[in-house]
This record gives sequence, C-alpha cells and structure tokens, in this order.
Amino acid sequence: MLKISRYVAAAAAACLPTGAALAAWELNMPVGVTELSREIHGLHMLILGVCAVIAVVVFSVMIYSIVKFRRSKGAVPATWDHSTKVEVVWTVIPIAILVGMAIPAAETLIKIEDMRDSELTVKVTAYQWQWHYDYLDKGVSFFSRLARDSDDARRLNSGIDPRTVDNYLLEVDNRLVVPVDTKVRLLLTSNDVIHAWWVPQFGLKKDAYPGFVNEMWFRAEEPGVYRGQCAELCGYDHGFMPVVVEVKTKEEFEAWLQAQQQANGAAESEVAAVDSQTENAAVATVARAE
Amino acid sequence: MSTVDTHAGHSDTHHHDHHGPEKGWRRWLLATNHKDIGTMYLLFSLTMFFVGGLMALVIRAELFQPGLQLVNPQFFNSMTTMHALVMIFGAVMPAFVGLANWMIPLQIGAPDMALPRMNNFSFWILPFSFTLLLSTLFVEGGAPASGWTLYPPLSLQTGNAFPLSIFAIHLMGASSIMGAINVIVTIMNMRAPGMTLLKMPLFAWTWLITAYLLIAVMPVLAGAVTMLLTDHYFGTSFFSAAGGGDPVMYQHIFWFFGHPEVYIMILPAFGVISEIIPTFARKRLFGYDAMVYATASIAFLSFIVWAHHMFTVGMPLAGQMFFMLATMLIAVPTGVKVFNWTATIYKGSLSFEPPMLFALAFVFLFTIGGFSGLMLAIVPADFQYHDTYFVVAHFHYVLVPGAVFALMAGVYYWLPKWTGHMYNMTLAKWHFWLSAIFVNVLFFPQHFLGLAGMPRRIPDYNTQFADWNMISSIGAFGFGLSQLLFAVVIFQAIRGGAKATDKVWDSAAPHGLEWTLSSPPPYHSFEVAPEVK
Repeated sequence: MLKISRYVAAAAAACLPTGAALAAWELNMPVGVTELSREIHGLHMLILGVCAVIAVVVFSVMIYSIVKFRRSKGAVPATWDHSTKVEVVWTVIPIAILVGMAIPAAETLIKIEDMRDSELTVKVTAYQWQWHYDYLDKGVSFFSRLARDSDDARRLNSGIDPRTVDNYLLEVDNRLVVPVDTKVRLLLTSNDVIHAWWVPQFGLKKDAYPGFVNEMWFRAEEPGVYRGQCAELCGYDHGFMPVVVEVKTKEEFEAWLQAQQQANGAAESEVAAVDSQTENAAVATVARAE
Repeated sequence: MSTVDTHAGHSDTHHHDHHGPEKGWRRWLLATNHKDIGTMYLLFSLTMFFVGGLMALVIRAELFQPGLQLVNPQFFNSMTTMHALVMIFGAVMPAFVGLANWMIPLQIGAPDMALPRMNNFSFWILPFSFTLLLSTLFVEGGAPASGWTLYPPLSLQTGNAFPLSIFAIHLMGASSIMGAINVIVTIMNMRAPGMTLLKMPLFAWTWLITAYLLIAVMPVLAGAVTMLLTDHYFGTSFFSAAGGGDPVMYQHIFWFFGHPEVYIMILPAFGVISEIIPTFARKRLFGYDAMVYATASIAFLSFIVWAHHMFTVGMPLAGQMFFMLATMLIAVPTGVKVFNWTATIYKGSLSFEPPMLFALAFVFLFTIGGFSGLMLAIVPADFQYHDTYFVVAHFHYVLVPGAVFALMAGVYYWLPKWTGHMYNMTLAKWHFWLSAIFVNVLFFPQHFLGLAGMPRRIPDYNTQFADWNMISSIGAFGFGLSQLLFAVVIFQAIRGGAKATDKVWDSAAPHGLEWTLSSPPPYHSFEVAPEVK
C-alpha cells in the first residue's frame, strides 16, 4: 500500500510543470554541439519527415477506406485485383526517395570516417565497469568511474531517492577533459568485454573491443559538460558506467593538463603498473581501420 | 485465385470411425496427425508467451521508476536475455509452425504433413529444450545474462547456465530445421491436382520461403554457438584476439543468422494478413503475383544486410555504405506489401470481426516499425540510435503489433475452423482494443527514450527518463493483463460454443480450400484430393 501511494506521489510529481519535469518529457534527439552531431540530427529529421509524409499518405488512404467502404454502409466490393501501372509507380517512387536519402547520408558518413588531422589523441580503454583515459604523449592518464553519490543511491533498495542526486548515474569521479574547437581523436579498446563509448551531444558511439583498436573523432564547439553512457551490454554494472566529457577553453585545458602532469608526477608509479597491463593488450593489437 | 470443387472434403464422413485419434496420452505423445501436432505447437507457444511475458513484466516493473527496487542488475540482465530467447524461439516461431501444421495441409488439399513422425519429433524436442533453458534460472551463476545475441567475450562469463543454454539452442535449431523440411516437402509434393505454385494461398507461399530461410540459417546459429562452446571449454580462440581470433567475427556470423531470423518471424505473418484482409474486405488480394515476388525479394535481401545490426563495430567505409544501401532496398518490397494491402481494402466491403481488427492494426503498426527500421538504416543516424530504446521500440513494433498481432489475427480467423465452435466475439473485441491501445502506450514512448539518450539493457536510469518509463511500464502491465482475455477466449472455444459453419465467415470468399471442409475438419483432412481449377 505504502509503495502504491509512493508511486502515485511520484506520478503526480512527474506531472508538475516544473522546469526539470518538462525537460524529462524529452521527445527528440539532441542537436548536439559538433558539426557531425548537427548533420546527424539533420539526417534524422529528414528521414523522419520523409517517413511522416509517406505515413500520412498511406494511413489516409487506409483510414478513408475503413470509414468509407464498409459493408454496414452497403459498400459493394470492386472486382479488380491488380494494376501493373500503379504497381510500377509504387515500386519506382520509393526507390527514388531512397536514393535521395542515401546521398546526404553517404556524405555525412564520409566525414565521420575521416580521421585525419586530429589535434589531440586520447586512448580510451574500457573495463568492467569504468573507463581509462590516456592522453597520448602528454603523460596524463586516469580512471573514470561512477560518482560516489550515484553509486550509493543505485544500490538495491538503498533508500536514497535518485531525484536527490545530481546527475544521477551520469556523473563520474574524473571527467574526460578536452579543449573546445579541437579535433579530438579517440582510440578505443577494451580490457575485458565489449563496451561502447557514447555521448549523445557528440552524435556518435563506437564499440571498444578487447585486442582491437577502434577510432572515432569529435570537435566540440561549445565549452560545457556532456554526458553519456556505455552503450553495449557489458555485464552486471553495464547501466552504471557513465561517460562524462568536460569541454574547456583551450587556455583552461592547457592549465588543467599542466596541473594533471604535475600531480601525476607523484602518482606516476601507480598508474604505470596498470598501464603496463593495457600496454600488453595494445601490443597484440591490430588497428581495425587498416 | 482459384475456384474449388467442394464435394471432396466431405467424402470421409463414413471413414472416420477407424481413422480417429488414439485415446488419452497416446494421442499426444505419439501424435502423427498434423492437427494434433499443430494444436500442441500452438498451446506450447501460448504457454511460452505468458512465461516470456512475465519476464517482460519483471523488466518493466524494475524500470517503473529510477533506482533499483526489485531485482539486482544480474537478474535484470538475465530477464532481458531470457525474455528474448523465450519469446523468439518459444513463442513466435513455434506459433507459426503450429499454424503451418494446421493450415498448410488444409490449404493445399493434402491429408496430412508429408513427414508425420518427424513432425512429432520436431515438436517433442521443444518442451525438453525449454526445460533446459528455463532450468538455467536455478543453476549456479544464474541464467544467461549477456543478451539473447550471446556476444563474446561477455557470454563466456556466463556460469553453469552456459552449456545448458547452448544445448537448448541446438535443440531449438534442430526442431526448426525439421519443421522447415516438413513444410517444404509437404508443399512441393502434396498439393492438390491443379494447384500450381502461383495458385497457392499466400500463407503457404510465405511459409515455403520461410522454410528455406530456416534451413539456410539455423545451422549458422548452431555453428556460432558451438564455437562459443569450444572457446569456453576446449581452448579454441575463434573469438578471442589473444589467440588470433576476433569477437567481431561472432557478430558477423550471428547476424548472418539473425537477420534472416527476423524475416522468419515476419514473413508468415505477412501470409496470415494476406489471407485475412481479402476475406473481410470481400475483395481479392491486390497484386497476388507481386506479393509472392515481394516475399521472395525480402528473403533474398535478408541475406545481404546482416551488418546493419553492427554499424558501430568499426567497419570499413565501403562496407558501411553497402549495408546501408542494401538495407534501404528492403523498404521497396516491404512497401509493395503495405501498398497492396491498402489497395485490397480500397473499394472493398469491409466488416470488422476480430481477425480483421488485428489485421488492420497489424498494417498500421507494422508500418510504423518499418519506418523506424528505415531510419535505423541511415548509418550516421544509426550511430545515435544504435543500442538505445529507439531500437527496442523499433523491433518491438515489428514483433508485437507485427508478428504477434498477426498470430492473434490468425488464431481468431481459424479458431472456429479448428474447434468447430464460434468464440466469444465481444470478449475477442475487448482483447483487441485493450491490446491495440496498451501496445502503443507500452512501446511508443520508448522511441522518445531512445532519442533522448537512454541505452537499452540497463536496469536503472537517470531521472530525466523517469516519466516515459513510467508510462511505458503502465502500458506493459495493461498489455500483459489483456492477454489473459486471449487465453479465456481460446479455452472457451475449445470447450464449446455456437456451432461454426464450414465457411465460418459469411464472407469467406472462395479463397482457400480450408473453408470447403467441415468445422472441425475430418481427422485426415483431405482423403481424396480436391480438384483445383
């Protein structure tokens, strides 16, 4: 009984038109903060629009038929059962529409796959259930895992209301920090099972495989904090493996990087031990792109 | 399609004393009659539908609100995995085999299936297979929790359930292959005189094509899971980079099975819908030949699109382009089907009995699933959609108001023929309206969740996803409870009811030999082959 009343209260709370509640009724894909994410959003809206137009036409004919041609209204069935002309028409028109869709999709795809001229490379190694970020040639690397307050609240019957936790399940202890307006290339691999690195605001996700290296890139155009999650089922805590990226201005990023390098001096030996493990995997690695 | 010589069907009334079924359990355990086996298949799949449905309700109950209230993540993952395996291999596929067993001999004018003992074997494997699969819920390490796709290396972390579930899958595959062989042999050899292939009812046609798909891909699945088994226990490394293998190769092999599998579940549904709509539109099916060719095209294309399930694995650009274009092409024959059904009801004389209601809902809602499928084909957009609730919404639209609604339509269409009794129309219409409403409450919000960024297969989520999840869960419980009506209608009709006529539906046009037989049909269906002109 108590539980039911709590659900009712939750349902009522959800219906309150507060700002947070309104954001929660999100319907559509985010536009995102990169050129690629905007193009992807555009493709999504285009194909959605095409589908909507076709749906309106087809469903209108169906609804019209259902309303109009009823036996209860004395409709007399027609006797024709084919028409080569219309059948050709409704085979050819969809092909034309598909070609029209495929062209812009292919253009965007070519951009997505263009990994050249990256300005910063971060090696991302996935673990059950955390990420490890290694800024190649910068001497900075660290693990990134679910933030403590989310981790406490997500235990079975923890008694902590997730609504009281900031960015519940979408916050980490150490964020991936990158500079704005910089082409960042990620090299993705895994230490155990398959994971997938995904930030919706960047428009892309890519799988991380043990023993192989995948690539993806993004260029964030606005400073801010962008949140995503592991998108490939990776076991017990798959739902608790957030990806959080903090995009800083170039100056702030440099300052951050220096601070990390200095702090790392002390912790270097610790990280090196873990790193040598992943290094072994990397040696056996074949870059999939090749 | 064809006109039918109706006297042949009734000619056996004086035989049936010494050709009746055996008594008691022997009738079922030793069954070789296509109707008895069909009945067992259908009841088995109805049972599995409720078992898999309960698992779905565990999932939706946990997702009702953020935070973990009911189950731990491991059990949650087991539920998503088992729900899929039970629904695909235990509910949808056996249900279509059950329909094939009942209807193909009736539709082509045959006395029985061609290989009745193999028919018995292919059914009786299933209860053992699912006992094995469901027993994994009680073994050390819990039921498989790596998703029904069993991707390595994660699936190799499964506990004692691993060999049990793989052996269960082998058994299901063997059963499906035997069922498929039976369908092909029956259709190729036992059609009534005069029934050329292009006069065959579409349900038989779609099943013929489906049977070839099954024979082509079930061994591929068996190979994939056997390699998992040897990787786990015999030191091979097919899918392990450390030994020179590749986990992505598993996905290629799996989806080479998996994509045709999708069509295995939907092509017979197309067949059922193509039988029902003309009956209740009182008009011939529009473009019969085109429907056959479209089915064959879809079957062919299903073999060259598998990698669209795995665009995020990091394929070469050319590969992504190929699989995008091939996938988009499927929209063409599928579109032809939807247009043809629409043209069939256009200028018809429609009535809205339960089978027609389900069939019309199928056309609307399957089309929505088709649209989201087309969206998923666009590779750049797929990078956003992949592994989110958008995908969950997509495949549930094609499988629930798609395949499952078609099955329900088929059951409501042929149930009076099978039992000899009309069922409770009012209750069946309640079942329809509740199902049609709740299935949308259940699955439509999942599009929004996926687009907003909720990954699939997670037991808990950020509070921004709370509202649509709650709506979806309410829909799930509404839909689940509504299905109890389905069981009530079926069991009432089995027990008794108004006598059904041979034609059952006043409108049953001259499509289909099944309507020339009594309701229920004689034990050996057509003892004298009817003449098809």
